[in-house]
Amino acid sequence: MDKLIAVLIDGVIYSSWLFTAAIGLTLIYGVMKILNLTHGSFYALGAYMAASVTGALLAKGMEPMLSYAVLFGSALLVALVLAPLIERGILKHMYAKDEVVIMLITYALFLMFEDIIKLVWGVNPYFIAEPYGLLGSIEFGSLIYPTYNLILIGVALAAGLGLAYTLMRTRVGKLLLTVIHDPEVSRALGINVGRFYLVTFTFGSLLAAIGGAFTAPTLSVVPAMGVEIIVLSFAVVVIGGLGSLPGAAVGAIIVGLVRSASIHYAPQFELFVIYLVMAMVLTFRPRGLFSIAEARKI
Amino acid sequence: MLKMTKVATAVASAFLAAVPLANAQEPAPVKIGVVSFLSGPAAGPFGVPARNAAEITIEMLNAGKVPKPFDQKGLGGAKIEMALLDEAGSTTVQVTEFRNLVQRTGVDLVVGYISSGNCLAIAPVAEELKKLTVFFDCGTPRIFEDASYKYVFRTSPTSTMDSVGAALYVKAVKPNAKSYGGINQNYAWGQDSWGDFDASMQQLMPGSKVTTSQMPKLFAGQFGAEISALLTSKSEVIHSSFWNGDLEAFILQAGPRGLFKNSSVILTTGETAMYKLAKQIPDGTIIGARGPFGVFAPASDLNTWYRETFADRYAVPPNYAAYQMTQAILGVKAAWEKAQAANGGQRPTPEQVIAAFEGINYSGPAGEVKMALGKGHQAIMETAYGMTKVVNGQMTVTNVKRFPADQVNPPEGVKSTDWIKNGFKK
Repeated sequence: MDKLIAVLIDGVIYSSWLFTAAIGLTLIYGVMKILNLTHGSFYALGAYMAASVTGALLAKGMEPMLSYAVLFGSALLVALVLAPLIERGILKHMYAKDEVVIMLITYALFLMFEDIIKLVWGVNPYFIAEPYGLLGSIEFGSLIYPTYNLILIGVALAAGLGLAYTLMRTRVGKLLLTVIHDPEVSRALGINVGRFYLVTFTFGSLLAAIGGAFTAPTLSVVPAMGVEIIVLSFAVVVIGGLGSLPGAAVGAIIVGLVRSASIHYAPQFELFVIYLVMAMVLTFRPRGLFSIAEARKI
Repeated sequence: MLKMTKVATAVASAFLAAVPLANAQEPAPVKIGVVSFLSGPAAGPFGVPARNAAEITIEMLNAGKVPKPFDQKGLGGAKIEMALLDEAGSTTVQVTEFRNLVQRTGVDLVVGYISSGNCLAIAPVAEELKKLTVFFDCGTPRIFEDASYKYVFRTSPTSTMDSVGAALYVKAVKPNAKSYGGINQNYAWGQDSWGDFDASMQQLMPGSKVTTSQMPKLFAGQFGAEISALLTSKSEVIHSSFWNGDLEAFILQAGPRGLFKNSSVILTTGETAMYKLAKQIPDGTIIGARGPFGVFAPASDLNTWYRETFADRYAVPPNYAAYQMTQAILGVKAAWEKAQAANGGQRPTPEQVIAAFEGINYSGPAGEVKMALGKGHQAIMETAYGMTKVVNGQMTVTNVKRFPADQVNPPEGVKSTDWIKNGFKK
């Protein structure tokens, strides 16, 4: 029984972490048709900024409970400064090019950020363990989980539900859906598509930075940490269907639960199982579980 | 007669005057290629301390400031120059970079490599290029057990020693343990370490059972589900050979979840995290340093000098990766100078250095190193494990147990796995 509870809880926690990172990736693809590899950089930058700023403020005697606000503030700082710079300075001039070319540009940016991170923060690991243990822990039978995990679940829920509400219930969301459906017609209707691209890229990158910032207290912030998340996020959005919000949610839950079950019942298949699920989904639904039928343009 | 005496005196004086002039001529420098992780997750805990160790060891050797018996300047009087290379990147990249280091940079020898995968790939290339290459850290025993090399040496012991030592320590401190589990990275190092530990436990504590063996991906960073699996397994002992960022993340995530309270956790490379995570590693955690390195190094003038010199420069004590790098360079120095002495004081050829290196015994900052395996190319040492304890805010180790080199390493010509399975027969 302990094992089953553990599979569910571990699966949900891991899914939340994955979803927070993957939702920004799928949003940017959905709106801008960019497979944004810089997403991993924003995740890493969020983690580095959070670890260094929070660590410095805690060392100066900041009230520990404020560290959660500082984690969020660090992610905001990274995304609001860098994302508009990248979108306005580079990507804006590339939209006419092929999707593959734009993806390669984001890959180049990813590699550059890897070196920038080393230049700014060096190669030594950063730790901020305080926020992880500050809220105490919850016990489920023989299992203990830090309450901090609820924050990760809360962040994922807030990001998913907030985005869903914005898209479905607000004027901005409806305009964005129009842009997603057809940018050319949207322009003809007088919608400022460029501004939507800017906001989407910034918000998508912010979600990656938040993912990194709130993960930072649970691990050692080290160079190349953005690589792993990009690979997993791609697995999630490919399973769910590129550009689909519910797809990202279902993809994250499937990956989280399958991985967790494998760890508890057949640990030797842990690495294999995520990609097995991905291969099976793609065999039967090559565009993912929640892919949307696209009208052919003449 | 007087005239002849004057001539003889003048000739002798001229020779005497010429001697210091000849000595004043600097011998050609020895260029050593040093390879270590300068970027990526392994850089912080391993690569950079090793790079720092290479830098300070070479600098001190060139200045003649290393205590005896390494007090002669450089290598037999020849200045050492360092060509530094980053180990990060794929194995293919490393093989290409190694060729560049040898063929373009023109190094005289190479000291390097932390990753077992890289060592396995570089060894045959070093042999092909006929370049003396000394591995300083990588652990897989397969290098000299599956092949024989002339140009390749390894001055640090293999992972077999770490695993056998860990099992011996468990038997000593938890003789009644009935169950054990493991969490190791899913590649050569993690699999070898767990395999040897598991086999050793079956020999040393035959009544004990494996509860779970977790093998997450290298650099996964998130171990929540694995920690739950270890908690639900209710293992009395948990073995981990995690290193780099994964080790640190595991400690940060497992600590608040009570894993260290419920089980005796043995971290075979735990020494690299003991200073940085002094607040997070609970008292009683069993740590190792892949040999008698770092906090386990036996007292000696050389060790005291090394720790003080390193800490003065880099503000932290040297960890085991730093010790291993210095040990490798001092091994080269010992072999070089032995070969030079045998060569009548003339600079030795690479073949002469290799002949002197084979089977050499020398003492580094961590004690005695015997090149006893792999036809004299693979080192053995004693090893040690201990339990962490914070005293006055400083992390220390208590209950240290040392195991002699012959007890934790197989005899020459016997594969590690066979040696363990046959009950450690000599």
